Amino acid sequence: MTVQLTAPIMLPFLAAALAMLAWRWVAVQRWLGAAGAIAQLVAGIVLLVTTRAQGVVATQVGDWPAPFGITLVADLLSATMVVITGLLGLAVVVFSFGGLDNRRESFGYYPLLLILLTGIAGAFLTGDLFNLFVWFEVMLIASFVLLTLGGERAQLEGALKYVTVNLVSSALFLSAVGIIYGLTGTLNMADLSERLSDLDEPVLETTVAMLLLVVFGIKAAIFPLFFWLPASYHTPPVVVSAIFAGLLTKVGVYALIRTFTLLFVDDVGFTHGILLAIAGLTMVVGAVGAVTQQDLRRTFSFLVISAVGYIVMGLGLFTGVAIGAALFYLFQDAIAKTALFLVCGLVRWVGGSFRLEQLGGLYRTHPLLAGLFLIPALSLAGIPPMSGFVAKIGLVDAGLAGGQYLVVGLALLASVITLLAVAVAWAEAFWKAAPEGASINLEEYRARSRGERMSMFVPVIALVAMVVGLGLGAQPVLELALDAGAQLMEPHAYLDAVLGADR
Amino acid sequence: MELILSILVGVLFAAALYTMLRRSIVRLAIGLTLLSHAANLLIFTVSGVSRAGTPIVPEGREVPIIGSSDPVPQALILTAIVISFGVLAFLLVLVKRVYQTVGSDDSDDLTSTER
Repeated sequence: MTVQLTAPIMLPFLAAALAMLAWRWVAVQRWLGAAGAIAQLVAGIVLLVTTRAQGVVATQVGDWPAPFGITLVADLLSATMVVITGLLGLAVVVFSFGGLDNRRESFGYYPLLLILLTGIAGAFLTGDLFNLFVWFEVMLIASFVLLTLGGERAQLEGALKYVTVNLVSSALFLSAVGIIYGLTGTLNMADLSERLSDLDEPVLETTVAMLLLVVFGIKAAIFPLFFWLPASYHTPPVVVSAIFAGLLTKVGVYALIRTFTLLFVDDVGFTHGILLAIAGLTMVVGAVGAVTQQDLRRTFSFLVISAVGYIVMGLGLFTGVAIGAALFYLFQDAIAKTALFLVCGLVRWVGGSFRLEQLGGLYRTHPLLAGLFLIPALSLAGIPPMSGFVAKIGLVDAGLAGGQYLVVGLALLASVITLLAVAVAWAEAFWKAAPEGASINLEEYRARSRGERMSMFVPVIALVAMVVGLGLGAQPVLELALDAGAQLMEPHAYLDAVLGADR
Repeated sequence: MELILSILVGVLFAAALYTMLRRSIVRLAIGLTLLSHAANLLIFTVSGVSRAGTPIVPEGREVPIIGSSDPVPQALILTAIVISFGVLAFLLVLVKRVYQTVGSDDSDDLTSTER
């Protein structure tokens, strides 16, 4: 099992190290970037096939038996997230060939992106709480530098806010880890799962659960901890925003799902009730925030927040079907959000701005782009036949089955507001007449070579095709998500894989 | 001893938050430094302070002597110190660049991301 589990972490890391050595040769770094992402994607697919065939797989790093050593473990959720990480990494790397300025490319963009992918895969695959903290830090330090790369004023200001909030979250995470170790004497998540269910300290346990809810909630940008996200995600180049929007908050959501299905399930009425309340508020606040924005990237930043609400709603409902639906939402939303931010980059390129008041009339000159924008945007609002529709109908169905009518109502309300937000954005950027004085910047458009244009359009078209494909042919992925949800609700396989069946 | 350390952890957290809430971004950096110290000391305290011996397995034995101290919290703290050192070094450079670019160390002037 060792190779399948370590490859998605080690291969991009190796590519990052090689890319650092090739500092002066940007062309070499580009290909290493693509090679690293492809390697991670392939390794992820191999891992997913393995977990599909054999159930949960685990390996003990350095052969130290669990719970003493560090465990790497993959269930269906982890493996699928690794596949998505490789996929989005590849799309963003290819887009960067034509879509990122050469100056940023020559200052370590590709190695940093690969280290970010390494950290994300590590966070998905680790079975140890402290190791999760370490992978978060790997991911964060890479994201800090990616956010500031270029050093524009808005980037630096956004980065200061992002760094501050994340350091606070890291300190709280460490505190929670310390308290959990003091309570149970272990940090291995499978071992913790068993010891916490035997532990007779309900107050302390709930305290730690809430501390971790705040920690992962900050990373995932749930209500009311999301303010840093719309203040920072739109400041770097779109390629960086795209990978952040697609994956970084999803890592926080993943950690929430992992801890609140494996560790803190003794007082479900309390903890998951809070999750449900947070979910409702996050969905609506994110969608409402999106309506009022003038910058396309800020609109979609708020919709990143709203999507987190839907996923947490599935977790809060806490049934196998609800979590399965939430996981399907998670998978498809990562793809749709990355696609949308890359489309924003294309809009900026042909229209000269991200701001709605300066855009307009793009439908007439770029109908293909209008379609590429509209499809994932409507998917966010849950319009059939896109993937967002399947995800939302699954969540609403699970909510009705659980009798949680209020949160279902909020989910539907948030969908309508999301539709309003994306419709306004589309109409402003593509439909209305071009504003006075705004010239569609064809010079910059034509300045790019054919190869550069291809490198920008091909990944976007591929991702948008996936959004449609996941809607029309949802069945296999939906089954995968439901199986993953069932696996999370029945953690025996996870515990057996990590601790051994004969414990 | 544990009581004194607990109070110290609380004081450090309070001081860190107070310093971070000031408007100067330099104080923000100092506050975050204090915050990482507070977290490290918290791990040290909650895992039990003892005068027990070093957790080194003597020659000829398979397990450490009973009553030796727990090495795991110290390993956690050591890792956390190294990470926070790196991150805080980055933060200091960032604060300096923000000051150079914005021309002010007042966090109320950092408004160009809010449009």
